[in-house]
Amino acid sequence: MVAVSEPFTLARQRPESRRPSTTLLRKLMTSLWPRIEPLLAQVQKPARYIGCEDGAQVPAHAPGKVAWLLVYPDAYEVGLPNQGLQILYEILNERGDALAERSYAPWVDMERLMRHRGIPLFSVDAHRPASDFDVLGFGISAELVYTNVLNCIDLAGVPVRAAERGPEHPLVVAGGHCAFNPEPLADFVDAFVIGDGEEVVGDMTEVIRGWKASGRTAGSREAVLRELAQVTGVYVPSLYDVEYDGPFLRAVVPRYADVPEVVEKRTIADLADWPYPKRQLVPLTEVVHDRLNVEIFRGCTRGCRFCQAGMITRPVRERPADQVRTMVTDGLRRTGYDEVSLTSLSSADFSGIDGVVAGIINEPANCGQVSLSLPSLRVDAFTVGIATEIQKVRRTGLTFAPEAGTWRLRQVINKLIREEDLYGAVESAYSQGWRRVKLYFMTGLPTETDEDTLGIARLARRCVEIGRRHTRGASVTASVGGFVPKPHTPFQWFGQNGVPELLRKVNLLRNDLRRERAVQLRWHDPKATLAEGIASRGDRRIGAVIEEVWRRGGTFQEWTEHFDLSLWEDAMASRGLSVEWYVTRHRRDDEVLPWDHVRAGLHRDFLWQDWQDALREHGIPDCRWTPCYDCGVCTGYGIEHVVASPTPPAGGSQGTGQDLSRGDAVPVALLPVGGRA
Amino acid sequence: MRLRVRFVKLGKVRWTSHRDVARMWERAFRRVRLPVAYTGGFSPRPKVSFGLALPTGCESLAEYLDVELASDLDGPVEALVPRLSAALPTGVDATAVGALEAGAGSLQELVTSCTWTVELPGAGSGDAGRLVREVLDAGALVVTRERKGRPVTDDLRPAVVSLTVAGTTPAGAVLEAELETQPRGVRPGELLAALEPSIELGLVRRTHQWIERDGARWEPLPPQATDAPHAEARAS
Ligand code: SF4
Repeated sequence: MVAVSEPFTLARQRPESRRPSTTLLRKLMTSLWPRIEPLLAQVQKPARYIGCEDGAQVPAHAPGKVAWLLVYPDAYEVGLPNQGLQILYEILNERGDALAERSYAPWVDMERLMRHRGIPLFSVDAHRPASDFDVLGFGISAELVYTNVLNCIDLAGVPVRAAERGPEHPLVVAGGHCAFNPEPLADFVDAFVIGDGEEVVGDMTEVIRGWKASGRTAGSREAVLRELAQVTGVYVPSLYDVEYDGPFLRAVVPRYADVPEVVEKRTIADLADWPYPKRQLVPLTEVVHDRLNVEIFRGCTRGCRFCQAGMITRPVRERPADQVRTMVTDGLRRTGYDEVSLTSLSSADFSGIDGVVAGIINEPANCGQVSLSLPSLRVDAFTVGIATEIQKVRRTGLTFAPEAGTWRLRQVINKLIREEDLYGAVESAYSQGWRRVKLYFMTGLPTETDEDTLGIARLARRCVEIGRRHTRGASVTASVGGFVPKPHTPFQWFGQNGVPELLRKVNLLRNDLRRERAVQLRWHDPKATLAEGIASRGDRRIGAVIEEVWRRGGTFQEWTEHFDLSLWEDAMASRGLSVEWYVTRHRRDDEVLPWDHVRAGLHRDFLWQDWQDALREHGIPDCRWTPCYDCGVCTGYGIEHVVASPTPPAGGSQGTGQDLSRGDAVPVALLPVGGRA
Repeated sequence: MRLRVRFVKLGKVRWTSHRDVARMWERAFRRVRLPVAYTGGFSPRPKVSFGLALPTGCESLAEYLDVELASDLDGPVEALVPRLSAALPTGVDATAVGALEAGAGSLQELVTSCTWTVELPGAGSGDAGRLVREVLDAGALVVTRERKGRPVTDDLRPAVVSLTVAGTTPAGAVLEAELETQPRGVRPGELLAALEPSIELGLVRRTHQWIERDGARWEPLPPQATDAPHAEARAS
């Protein structure tokens, strides 16, 4: 039997008096700062809790304004740079009928003190208690933070289970990539936002404003949620019944006729309309990605079959180059940063990227030396050329992501990088003064054999040999992560490798590279990969598992020092759920998947066909520059790619220089649309 | 050309670290486009040096930094004070700027002592007076700390230049202490904890840094018009 810790509760009014008393109101309007500050001498990194960032806002609360508390459910230094949260923060605060403040998961030391002193979750902007807000809006980008979401809801003084909330409680909303499989959190979240949030937060505000104005009477919570379910891109899980057939899902069906059977994602058509953040937050203390970040495009159509981000954010929408330049120049001047990252899923694919980069580096208005970083999926001399242009001084390390060790397996995952492309890129990197190359790989991929796994070692070794021709100290770091199949990708049907199999593969590599001093092997903990697998493709029954892990103290599961697989395994066992069934089992083609009623625009037939192509080792090129495969996104939503150039940079749609431009010759046979989806 | 800047650190921002403050200044210098000189080599750094680190959580009216410029300034150096303050976060403000003579020593070498005020929450002036007498009467105040994995003992008593009860506030008594910084900077919290390990301190604020040589004593920068607390402190 599990010892269940008493969940944290704030002093709450009795049920019969639903209207807050005036003294309570007065108490709620007060900043908690005088009670928070005395704790700061006792915690690590107290600057996590002070706010005061450049760009922070202290908005005035008012009865006519919907108050959003945007919560990033991880440590401040990880959450602060999150661009999605910053964008919504600005958009909401620009509205006359809304306001937004921010909060981050308090670290365990702070949480302990807060619970001890009865201090609830608070905003870092004005240090207001969570109960001052109408909405708690979570941005969720990784599955292992799910227990932190529950912890933050509880710290806010709100019942963790949505069914137990009343009109006095804020609405709990969640968005971000993880919302594309909302089911594991369905018991705890009132409404999910699927897709781009820029427009939908406005639509939601209008609905919630009415609820607030009506005085949040008894029973009104159900009504406002029902109304929110009408907004495109919003999913309200409590309005759906889940039917099971043994361990399998039979269907997820709406309980009312006006609730959509399938929730379609929201997509903004043109990034140029949304030049946010306009005032990126500049933190006072160290955070990850501590630099100016400018999003240059959203979406990716390279079609890497393992990549959920690429699949769910289609189509490609580029920001106009002029707007990029203005955002960079203004941003640098305002923030005082000397580093800017042009962000997207593969920034070297941006039309005319070389010109944009040169423009930024040579812009006289940018004070002093500006360094630039460019996450890229391309592996070719073109990319190295840009990197060389960018990093005139600090040429320490350059990163490539071949993802798999052999050409065969790279065709399976549709990462069409030939060996000679990689060697060419590595050759030009070392010859231009770089000393260290980092290579990213995955293991546990579909159809992977030991020859593929050992291909990782072979590639790394070969890169060192190439490097030695240029510098004696050449070294290569090979990072290997266990593959977790994600919803809405062609690999959603694939059975993930279990812990022993991943460990075996890691050990194959370790043995093979034991004597190779110049190759540093790094690997991700296979146990964390397993826990991520439970949550990634889980259904509604996984909610109870998440709750139990949380009740047993399992927060900050993304952090090695706090991660504990046994909590997850015990919770699965105590619910009679099989880890094998959820994680390592291959799904059947006729199986109802837990996220089938949430749509990223991709036809299920397209994904299934792509999965079959993967098994046949067929790659397909990028549809940005070649004929469309009718995956469903552009056609279904009446939107299209927004790209400035009809041809890929430096030729070759995979950025490899090879001619893959004849999309119609690619073996994609499309099944009729509108079958079982 | 080298400039010396005095600045304050007050309010919520006191919870940032010494390194955080260094980064704030680097960004502020770029925002006002100060032509800061950079080190050469593999990873160029701006040539800025800070004085004695202020412990996280303390306020200060007397922080200093020296910055080396690659070219001379166009206007008078005092004009930088408001420009820098506008480019810095709330709570960090420049209060004085002066040009340094060639060959002027570094802050780390020059500063010999600091004056601090320390709030003792809940303590009356009687309790505070007793504490002061105990410190002053102690022959030695020995603390043991870890250095490079080995315990080292220090006697803090010789570092106490002066210690008085400066007054009382509704929150409690306030002590004023002047503590030496050579051979190492003694912090007020550490001194009082040597006497009473469980002592709870309120706000600790550095009010002055002093340079003493050959019997004379001065601050790293003279008070300036923009520098109200220092002008007052000097007048009193
Ligand atoms: S609909 Fe066609 S062009 Fe649009 S993302 Fe899908 S495959 Fe590409």
